Amino acid sequence: MNTEVKLAGVTLKNPVLTASGTFGSGMEFSRFTDLNLLGGVVTKGVSVVPWEGNPTPRVMETTGGMLNAIGLQNPGLDVFLERDLPFLQNFNTRKIVNVCGHSTEEYVAAVERLNDSIADILEINISCPNVKAGGITFGTDPVMVEKITATLKGISKKPVFMKLSPNVTDITEIAKAAEAGGADGISLINTLLGMKIDINRRSFALANKTGGLSGPAIKPVAVRMVYQVAQTVKVPIIGMGGIATSEDAIEFLMAGASAVSVGTANFHNPKVTADIVAGIETFMRRKNIEDINDIIGCVK
Amino acid sequence: MDYVKGTVISVQTLGTGIYDLLIRVPEIADSCKPGQFVGVYCEDGAHLLPRPISICESMMGTLRLVFRIAGFGTKEFSQKKPGDTITLIGPLGNGYSDFSEKEITIVGGGIGIPPMLYLARKCSESGMKVTSVLGFRDKNTFLDDAFGVYGDVVIATDDGSLGVCGTVVDAIKQKNIGTSLVCACGPMPMLRGLSSYVEGEGGRCYVSLEERMACGIGACLGCIVKTREIDAHSHVKNARICTEGPVFDSSVLDFNR
Repeated sequence: MNTEVKLAGVTLKNPVLTASGTFGSGMEFSRFTDLNLLGGVVTKGVSVVPWEGNPTPRVMETTGGMLNAIGLQNPGLDVFLERDLPFLQNFNTRKIVNVCGHSTEEYVAAVERLNDSIADILEINISCPNVKAGGITFGTDPVMVEKITATLKGISKKPVFMKLSPNVTDITEIAKAAEAGGADGISLINTLLGMKIDINRRSFALANKTGGLSGPAIKPVAVRMVYQVAQTVKVPIIGMGGIATSEDAIEFLMAGASAVSVGTANFHNPKVTADIVAGIETFMRRKNIEDINDIIGCVK
Repeated sequence: MDYVKGTVISVQTLGTGIYDLLIRVPEIADSCKPGQFVGVYCEDGAHLLPRPISICESMMGTLRLVFRIAGFGTKEFSQKKPGDTITLIGPLGNGYSDFSEKEITIVGGGIGIPPMLYLARKCSESGMKVTSVLGFRDKNTFLDDAFGVYGDVVIATDDGSLGVCGTVVDAIKQKNIGTSLVCACGPMPMLRGLSSYVEGEGGRCYVSLEERMACGIGACLGCIVKTREIDAHSHVKNARICTEGPVFDSSVLDFNR
């Protein structure tokens, strides 16, 4: 039985990854889950210099999910390269490094420094606000998406996956733009823009007012978008959005994802990623599926 | 640190909306210390995040959690029956380090009082002189008798219906209570006022904080508190309440930003 999948030439022992922002660089969750069991870890978005993030409250539970407005806090590339990425070297799992930036120059600087690192793949977070374009997020404009993809592909020695925001009118347009820019693959979905109001305090529940919705509540939107993008592009897809069980993960594979990322579910069960890996294998045995690749994109 | 199922031994109410839950869970109870907390998970599947609840007492493989009903999760926990399982993660947080001082003033405000009981016991057992100052809204107190076992107890009420009329700081001033080492848990305005007073008197003040949490174990960066200097882990001016805290020396915190 084969569970190995390939993402832009990089072989993963199985399709299960951890979602950026939910798992740090693996240090905390490694106490609960053997990272050697996972296809890969996608690290928290790293920027060239440390980012402080948003005021609190930064997180709030919702029915079947949660809102977050962490604000991409991270310790910056120096610390990431010296402390966080080396930690993952202890494990036989792929290292996918998520990158964020406020301007094209910042993305370029980060990608250049990661060229000589142990990262297997770069996942570019284009849901960051572009300070030079008045705060519009990079990922909402297809012209900007194609441009930033091409620029980063021009300098990167690692495969480049563009992580798409779902808060757009037509996700296939954005996906096409990323592919046209030369992306080696596409990651989706990032969080859905949401809000919660505290009716007793008559205020916003999050200090940032809005936040990103994640968790089981968003899964049907994510599956639909993965499916739509899979019909539109030829490059491999990392699918995510509300995966909590192996059944959920398999839905995404059948919709067209070659790998999946599990995020919010870790907060409900820190061992969930290992459970999902095992559950996929159980499903394959039960359904006599010899090779996981036989089910990728099988629902059209 | 474990992700584990415990068994409910008993559930009682201590007063309006306040519940007292005893859980048999040696994996956590045998390795925790005062100032730490646990994450408690809901069973219903639609409420995903662990609820951070401070450890009120830990003895012989059993945890005592005293909490207020604040929402869906705490309501679910208050309705548990003896013999039910309950899923927990912990112990979480740094807890209090050992103190070399001979005397300590322990301060609790409202629902910040329960975790201070564990500290009061440990300090008393190690031979320290413990004075507890407990602040309530009115004479509907809880746990004050328990603190009395470990030393003097001074009560302050907002409405003056019991003890000193005013804040815990008013009580400390009025009763000339020592401020060289103060440990406190309670509402933020109380912690700000108290730490400012103690620092002004040249004393050390440790505050136990809370903030909305998601993972509870230090990965998601949801629960930060702003610090005066750059933190060694985050490399920005904030620290994780679930990991570098919840107990902080108040002089490292930036209450003003």
